Amino acid sequence: MKVAVIRFPGSNCDADLFHALKFKVGVNAEYVWWGKKSLDEYGAAVLSGGFSFGDYLRAGAIARFTPVMEGVAHLAAAGKPVLGICNGFQILVESHLLPGAFLHNASHKFICSDVHLKVEAGANVFTGKLNKGDVLRMPIAHMEGRYVADEATIKKLEAEDRILLRYCAPDGSVNDGSNPNGSTNAIAGVLSEKRNVAGLMPHPERACEKILGGEDGARFFKSMIEGMKG
Amino acid sequence: MMKVTVTVMLKQGILDPQGEAVRQALRTLDPVKIANVRIGKVIEIEVDSPDKAYVAAAAKKMCEKLLANPVTEDFTVEIGGKLV
Repeated sequence: MKVAVIRFPGSNCDADLFHALKFKVGVNAEYVWWGKKSLDEYGAAVLSGGFSFGDYLRAGAIARFTPVMEGVAHLAAAGKPVLGICNGFQILVESHLLPGAFLHNASHKFICSDVHLKVEAGANVFTGKLNKGDVLRMPIAHMEGRYVADEATIKKLEAEDRILLRYCAPDGSVNDGSNPNGSTNAIAGVLSEKRNVAGLMPHPERACEKILGGEDGARFFKSMIEGMKG
Repeated sequence: MMKVTVTVMLKQGILDPQGEAVRQALRTLDPVKIANVRIGKVIEIEVDSPDKAYVAAAAKKMCEKLLANPVTEDFTVEIGGKLV
């Protein structure tokens, strides 16, 4: 099965993502440029981080209207896994494939640091092969990472077990001090209603090599690839 | 040409850290007590149409679909200096 690594003008984590998928977890990954409309030949799509279209207007707002997002929406509707990382998550939210929105970090600073993340959601294609409550360490690198949604949406996400990952302390406890950007309920990743679309702000592709400080990102991708096999 | 001015602001009650940073900087310039600063966007659009009702409807659609995010932002549309 081929996995599409979607590239937009301004994407800058695409090469890391491609490397992680192809060489760390052994997936048949292929770059796909934003002008391509049909993704029918792919079994899954991953949207990388970066600053698509310069983050003009709002992060992800312009990328939403590219031809490739029609293909992504089509894959998502067909029940295929679609994952957005960082800017990819912002694009999926702007495309209404995931609920909510992003605001500037509460500190109004660009944050680039390692964080701890608690695996929250039960059965899903992405983290299903990890254990609920597992703590992963990965970097975040964003300016607009404060996840928000109206109260009813947050309640629905919580009630339907759709919080993929939550920012936490190294011991897995969740408190204000372990929430880097002010996200509602310390949400770092969410799932769609059908649980086949997911977004997360942290960068698993930057945590796939021991020499770069950890391999928890590879654990995440391995879980996803195993999950895709069923 | 009909000139449309769109103003997009964060919804009331949503923390605007950029506005807060500017408020603190303004305090150092002048002792006047500034309670609150909010920062938004102004977008000027020129539309080639004489039909004001059509342009107003089109501008609102632009705001709903792209220029503002309804989850976090409110918008106003002005044509010829008047809110529509």
